[in-house]
Amino acid sequence: MAMMPQSLAVPGKPPGGRPGGPDGGLNDEMDERIFGAAFDGRIVQRFLKFLTPYRARLAVAFCAVVAFTLTQLSIPLVIREAIDQALVTDTQDGALLDLIALAFLGVIVLNLIAMYIQETIVGKTAERILFDVRRTMYVHLQRLSMSFMDKTEVGRLMARLQSDVGALQEFLDTTVTAIGDILLLAGIVTVLILLNWQLGLLTLSVVLVLLIVRMIWLPLAKKAFMRARQTSSIVNGALAENINGVRTVQEMIRERVNFERFEIKAADNLRSHLRAAKFSQVMIPIVDTLTGAAMAIVVVVGGNMVIGGSLDVGVMVAFIFYVQRFFDPIRSLTIQYSVMQRAMASGQRIFEVIDVPVDIVDKPGALALDQIDGAIELRGVTFGYLPGQPVLNDINFRVAPGETVALVGPTGSGKTSITALIHRFYDVWEGSILVGGHDVRDVTQHSLGKQVGMVLQDPFLFTGTIFENIKYCSAEATRDDVVAAAKAVDAHGFITRLPKGYDTMLEQRGGNLSLGQRQLLSFARAIVADTKVLLLDEATASIDSHTERQIQLALKSLLAGRTALVIAHRLATVRGADRIIVLNQGRIVETGSHRELMAKRGLYHRLYAMNYASFDDIPEEIIRQAAADTSAT
Amino acid sequence: MNTVVRILRMAARYRFRLGLGVVCTVIAANFQLLIPQFLGAAVDHAQSLLAGTGASPAEAQAALQWAAVMLLTAGVLRGLFTMIHNYQGEAIGQSIGYELRLAYFEKLQRMSFAYHDRVHSGDLMTRGMLDVEGIRRFVDGAMLRTIVLVILVGYGGYHLIGIDPVLGALALSFVPVVAWRAAVSSITLRRTWRALQERMSILTRIMEENLGGIRVVRAFAARAFEMAKFDTASDSAIVLAMRRIQIRYTNAAFMTFSYYAAMGLVLWVGSHKIIEGAITVGTLAEFLAFMAILQQPVRQVGMIVNSTARAFVSGGRVFELLDMDPAVQDKPGAAPLRLTDGVIRFEHVDFAYGEGEGASPALHDVNFEVGPGKSLGIVGPPGSGKSTIAHLIPRFYDPTLGRITIDGQDIRDVTLDSLREAVGVVQQDTFLFTATVDSNVAYGDLSADRERIVNATDSAQLHEYIDSLPTGYDTLVGERGLTLSGGQRQRLSIARSILLTPAIIVFDDSTASIDAATEQRIHAALKELTRARATIIISHRLSSFMHADEILFIDQGRIVERGSHEELLALGGRYKELYDLQADFGDDLGLAASAAAPEGA
Ligand SMILES: Nc1ncnc2c1ncn2[C@@H]1O[C@H](COP(=O)(O)OP(=O)(O)OP(=O)(O)O)[C@@H](O)[C@H]1O
Ligand SMILES: Nc1ncnc2c1ncn2[C@@H]1O[C@H](COP(=O)(O)OP(=O)(O)OP(=O)(O)O)[C@@H](O)[C@H]1O
Ligand SMILES: [Mg+2]
Ligand SMILES: [Mg+2]
Repeated sequence: MAMMPQSLAVPGKPPGGRPGGPDGGLNDEMDERIFGAAFDGRIVQRFLKFLTPYRARLAVAFCAVVAFTLTQLSIPLVIREAIDQALVTDTQDGALLDLIALAFLGVIVLNLIAMYIQETIVGKTAERILFDVRRTMYVHLQRLSMSFMDKTEVGRLMARLQSDVGALQEFLDTTVTAIGDILLLAGIVTVLILLNWQLGLLTLSVVLVLLIVRMIWLPLAKKAFMRARQTSSIVNGALAENINGVRTVQEMIRERVNFERFEIKAADNLRSHLRAAKFSQVMIPIVDTLTGAAMAIVVVVGGNMVIGGSLDVGVMVAFIFYVQRFFDPIRSLTIQYSVMQRAMASGQRIFEVIDVPVDIVDKPGALALDQIDGAIELRGVTFGYLPGQPVLNDINFRVAPGETVALVGPTGSGKTSITALIHRFYDVWEGSILVGGHDVRDVTQHSLGKQVGMVLQDPFLFTGTIFENIKYCSAEATRDDVVAAAKAVDAHGFITRLPKGYDTMLEQRGGNLSLGQRQLLSFARAIVADTKVLLLDEATASIDSHTERQIQLALKSLLAGRTALVIAHRLATVRGADRIIVLNQGRIVETGSHRELMAKRGLYHRLYAMNYASFDDIPEEIIRQAAADTSAT
Repeated sequence: MNTVVRILRMAARYRFRLGLGVVCTVIAANFQLLIPQFLGAAVDHAQSLLAGTGASPAEAQAALQWAAVMLLTAGVLRGLFTMIHNYQGEAIGQSIGYELRLAYFEKLQRMSFAYHDRVHSGDLMTRGMLDVEGIRRFVDGAMLRTIVLVILVGYGGYHLIGIDPVLGALALSFVPVVAWRAAVSSITLRRTWRALQERMSILTRIMEENLGGIRVVRAFAARAFEMAKFDTASDSAIVLAMRRIQIRYTNAAFMTFSYYAAMGLVLWVGSHKIIEGAITVGTLAEFLAFMAILQQPVRQVGMIVNSTARAFVSGGRVFELLDMDPAVQDKPGAAPLRLTDGVIRFEHVDFAYGEGEGASPALHDVNFEVGPGKSLGIVGPPGSGKSTIAHLIPRFYDPTLGRITIDGQDIRDVTLDSLREAVGVVQQDTFLFTATVDSNVAYGDLSADRERIVNATDSAQLHEYIDSLPTGYDTLVGERGLTLSGGQRQRLSIARSILLTPAIIVFDDSTASIDAATEQRIHAALKELTRARATIIISHRLSSFMHADEILFIDQGRIVERGSHEELLALGGRYKELYDLQADFGDDLGLAASAAAPEGA
């Protein structure tokens, strides 16, 4: 269990090398490492847990299955009765036969009803369970920490949410009808033994042979099936990667190379599936031979018994029937063995997701933040993403309620990391973070999120209208609020120029807007959320200074009474802040207002000089200094 | 063309496998049909002995043994031939799956940006994964099984009618009912599948965006909101899934009933006939045994109908893409680009995204020229069309009007590969593959050795950082920013492009998340590279291109100001306004004053 999350995620130290390349090769091996793991029956057990909510329904279905089995079993008996009667009543009229036919009708009507009830209930429940399984996975993913989510690829998670659940569906689709058959097997055994136990046992002895054959076959076949499943997910992974990165693929003219690599994977997939098919098909002649053998036994032994007078012909006919019915489900289950194996492998992949531990959880009795003053305080914060490699060292600062503080520093200095910590995307290694005077670990994550708004460095929009995107999850926000926010970020102009205005549909990730426009919308979205604390991570990096200035003017009133932490590389953006904190390599190197920092002539001054100066009139000394400052970032 | 017909045609190309499969199917079905005959004979022998008519016990014994041997042989042979035909079926199915997968992949990669703008990646995934599977399952499950069914019913029916026409007809009386139900349900099922598939696509989209935008979801504490979104989509899919099950199993129950009813009729009429002496018990047993053989296939009809309906829908979705032509592709007879100097020219270029009604104009009458060693700066408000210009150069889209030339050749007349080799665009939106740093940098040139890679990352000012990582160039980076900060990702993307040393380089706001000092160093390092090349720099930071030979100020797709930095400053227009905002005049702007006021930003 402990190694499972690792196999789901991409571990820190992979075996290097390009041969795998960014077309899946390397990641596939990691994604599929799970297949070394034992293949245990607990999967079935765990799926049974999903049945619990449907107990009542399944009880009805169970009764129907019993009824169905009984009717199935009685059909050959009725036939036997008819044949025996036909032979006995040689000379009489067929009134009794008509009665028997009526009885047959009764049995098959019952059979119809039982089958209908059983199959629809089981089928629908199975389908619901698929949705439940998917939902359980999805809910779980919503609770996992960012440090886990960082390492996963959306495409691969989607393969689990979709293709693996799909494999389960295929399994259920082909086996719902087999459920009745399985109970039937038991019924047939009972009836055969009741009818004539000697002949019954003799006939059933072939099943033993079948069991032995399977014992030899199974381990070999399992390997082939695993391999097939594995190559399938490799192919799907490569496909996902190329779909998501298709623009980069075309830009870099990688189409041919990627196609060749994909071809190799697809061919491997084909081969392994054919190999698995051989394994599943080889069982068919075995089952058929055994069916033939069972019948031969009935004919020879039964026939002799009939001759000896110890067996009715009707019983012999009934036996023949039962034997056929007995092997039918075995045969079809054998044929569908690959489907079953696929489902088992998929089940394993599904439970792997569900089993990833949630490492950032609300404390028992965590406080729900309600009214806070919006102060932020970092006390001796040390944090890193990989063990032993801190990216923030002993960070201390306090942002008073209502204050606007800017965080600046060279790229990779840890600015984004600080915002992520304030929102508790990650937990600090050392020290503590306080929002509104409460340690973020003592409050519920949900209430913290409602107090701390963020504009992320990467603007992300959802498929949907512009209105829906700006409103996002703020239930109380009205259309006016949305328009006001759009006006504040100077997006109203371009939105109204669109033919459908606020109701314009955005394509995936807002792809039909320019990056700057997306950034404006993601900014507006944070404004609508109306939080006490606002973290702006390069919220205007892709926006021209003129628009930025409009935003700053509008924000003045919007930010009144709110605490803001602003990150920017264009220092003109931040010089109006109450205080500026300069970060370098995970440490605070300077703090003060724009004027104070300029007067200090430290890192801030040098960065600032660079900001508006042209390339060659920067004094060499400043470039060298800056280079020294920002190197190793 | 009808989707299923098209799939069948694909299958028909596997002539040998298909032929072998069909032959084996026929043989296996025949052996299967022999079984009831042997059983009937055995029953008759036993019966005749009992009745004291006919053969001596020894003969009867021999006959029984003969029947047993035949049964066993028939079983073995039937099994062997079934194995071959099943295997051939699966092989054809898998091969078609393989073919479709390759064709799909190939087409997908060639479809132009306009297509990918429109079609959600989740949809493309669903088609490539689930729909291709749906088609494969049809070929290997439904197609050959239908043949088995037809042979069993046809041949068996013929044989039975030969023995006793009335009983034979009764035994087959369920066939029309089953066929009718199958036809009706296949239509409703097809409709349900299509609608279901669409709703599943929406569900997929929701899940994918949630996972892709997980930081936004977390940042807004939107878990409940997202779950509600998921549940709505999921519930609306469940409704259809339930309908599908209902249709499917109602039909299955009905079909099975009609089958049993036919069996009851055979039994009823048959037993009367035995009394009348018209047939023997063995004949009736044979009839019943034959019907028993049909039980499993009849139950499979439901599955066949279901998977055919599904193949119909899935096939439609896959073939839709396969039949499409990429909007941007090589002209017939296109020649490779002949690079002489590397001069890029825009001549009266107009461009609109989308076509017809929904078209949104993005560029109007854009003209410029950049020669080797020259540089062009582009600036303008968000959505003014800067990235659009960058997209037109490597022909990610084609202009609606006007033309773009490189060294005098219209870029639509040269091959895409040669064009894209000559042009490098560092995109505004960084995309990295989940792979090592090394393979990300070398993405465009697999043969690049470590030295070239280090050169590129060094120019992009990233080498030192990567070198400081414990696993260096073998460190994994990921789509969500695993390992790298925003600025580091941008630099990796710069390194990836400059590794290819293209003749024309476009930087599309590719230093937005990079501090000015690092940016200066990047530009200094690239000086050597850009000395003999045409460079286009799009940026909001004026210092990035202050010294460009020409600067364009774009607004709403039009060039509104152009000239050198000095000229534009002298012009005193919008460029000058930007400059003033970025230069060190902060104190005059009233912003510094707000430093004292707590609400200032
Ligand atoms: N998910 C992650 N896993 C591992 N390392 C990370 C991760 N995210 C960031 N880092 C590393 O942590 C350091 C700080 O990153 P951070 O994103 O906080 O920088 P930043 O100051 O925001 O930089 P930029 O201005 O480029 O956005 C960087 O060296 C980066 O490589
Ligand atoms: N794929 C697309 N489909 C439809 N419209 C688009 C698409 N991409 C951009 N647009 C629209 O075309 C116009 C120009 O967009 P473009 O991306 O060229 O702007 P930009 O100048 O690069 O802006 P930014 O500074 O924000 O990056 C915008 O109005 C945008 O909404
Ligand atoms: Mg950052
Ligand atoms: Mg742009």
